[in-house]
Amino acid sequence: MSAKQITSPIDENIIAELKSGDRVLISGTIYTARDAAHKRMFEALKKGEELPFDVAGQTIYYVGPTPAKPGQIIGSAGPTTSGRMDKYTPSLLDCGLKGMIGKGYRSQEVIDSMKKNKAVYFAAIGGSGALITRSIKSMEVIAYADLGPEAIHKLEVKDFPAVVIIDSEGNDWYQIGKQQFNDNKTSM
Amino acid sequence: MKNVTYEEIVNEVAKMCQEANFDLGQDVIEAFQTALKKETSDTGKDILEQLILNADIAKSERVPMCQDTGVSVFIVEVGQDCHITGGSIYDAINQGVRKGYEEGYLRHSIVDHPITREKSKGYNTPSIIHIEMVPGEDLVIHMSAKGGGSENMSTLKMLKPADGLEGIKSYILDTVAKAGPNACPPLVVGIGIGGNFERCAYLAKKSLFRPIGHRSERPEIAELEKELMEKINELGIGPQGMGGNTTALDVKIEIEPCHIAALPVAVNLNCHASRHKEIRL
Repeated sequence: MSAKQITSPIDENIIAELKSGDRVLISGTIYTARDAAHKRMFEALKKGEELPFDVAGQTIYYVGPTPAKPGQIIGSAGPTTSGRMDKYTPSLLDCGLKGMIGKGYRSQEVIDSMKKNKAVYFAAIGGSGALITRSIKSMEVIAYADLGPEAIHKLEVKDFPAVVIIDSEGNDWYQIGKQQFNDNKTSM
Repeated sequence: MKNVTYEEIVNEVAKMCQEANFDLGQDVIEAFQTALKKETSDTGKDILEQLILNADIAKSERVPMCQDTGVSVFIVEVGQDCHITGGSIYDAINQGVRKGYEEGYLRHSIVDHPITREKSKGYNTPSIIHIEMVPGEDLVIHMSAKGGGSENMSTLKMLKPADGLEGIKSYILDTVAKAGPNACPPLVVGIGIGGNFERCAYLAKKSLFRPIGHRSERPEIAELEKELMEKINELGIGPQGMGGNTTALDVKIEIEPCHIAALPVAVNLNCHASRHKEIRL
């Protein structure tokens, strides 16, 4: 199964075509945010304040990289567990967020909001931070610099490898992939 | 009597912290290779290949294999005839962690206050340090860089003695099934059975320090480890939870006596980045 090349921000027509289980290589612009940055964005929205960047149409990568060594663009930068962001995610989806990259299960509330807002959730391979870093071409801190590794970084990526876990229709590869594997096993 | 200096501990701990994060143990790499031969899912195989490549890059470029460089957990065996000079062993270990993490460009992942989430001022410290007194004059330091994702999916339950072996097995399988992709499978599953509430959790953690493939010396426990390994791999969760027969790289069990009314069971999950180092001074 070959990987689909896609560009972020992801075009709405492409989002509709992406199906649970598809392998993709993402190029373009993505933004990092994890627990602390999500909490601040969520609180900003509650107070009616503007977000530090316009999330409409964008992709957020759940990552807190290690510090860059001299000569490196960014340190190791693999995905963190997405479920910790679930509480804050529907608000961002309502602001137009279209893509999320992380690892692990999402809540039913997030899946429902993804269907409503036509968004897609990708997983990168957890624990492969040294390898993933190779697809990150530039890094710039754009907000919440005081959060260190949890600050919001703008990344330019080239062929960032990921798998579509939950598509815009709400199909979940963590359920389907396991089921398909177990069905094949019984039929063998 | 042997003398071990504060400085010696600081330097050795600093070195271990970096090696643990850069050099994945040969036992884990061999487990990946064995799994790759047995894995029947294409996605699963692809993920295992990428994990082997990731370990190669980390080792050759001296960068952390995972951005979660973990909480540093230590089990220190202090010989009764070993004399530590120049300061406290706890301070020496924490200073070694700060040095190792800062100089190695490893991530600072500790908050001082669990509720306010105020960031720790000591670089990735305080560490979790367990000290065991043993006969002899050596100081043996076991270090683990334990990731947060797999720790979050770990559980402890006080079963009833009447739940018996079947209850133990179903509780363990249920914990692994619920963890699914979140704990970054393929996993090393560490299990404590017996002791009391806190001892049981410690046993589960301690079991993770044993190398992959190392079976319990108790024949009935070694059998249980093998049986659970098979059953876990039949769940179909697979590498990264995307389907496959490699859900666990190994299962480790430690047991201890317990109260007549009790049957504590703790399941401490470790992601595939099972980072452990050991040094004898």
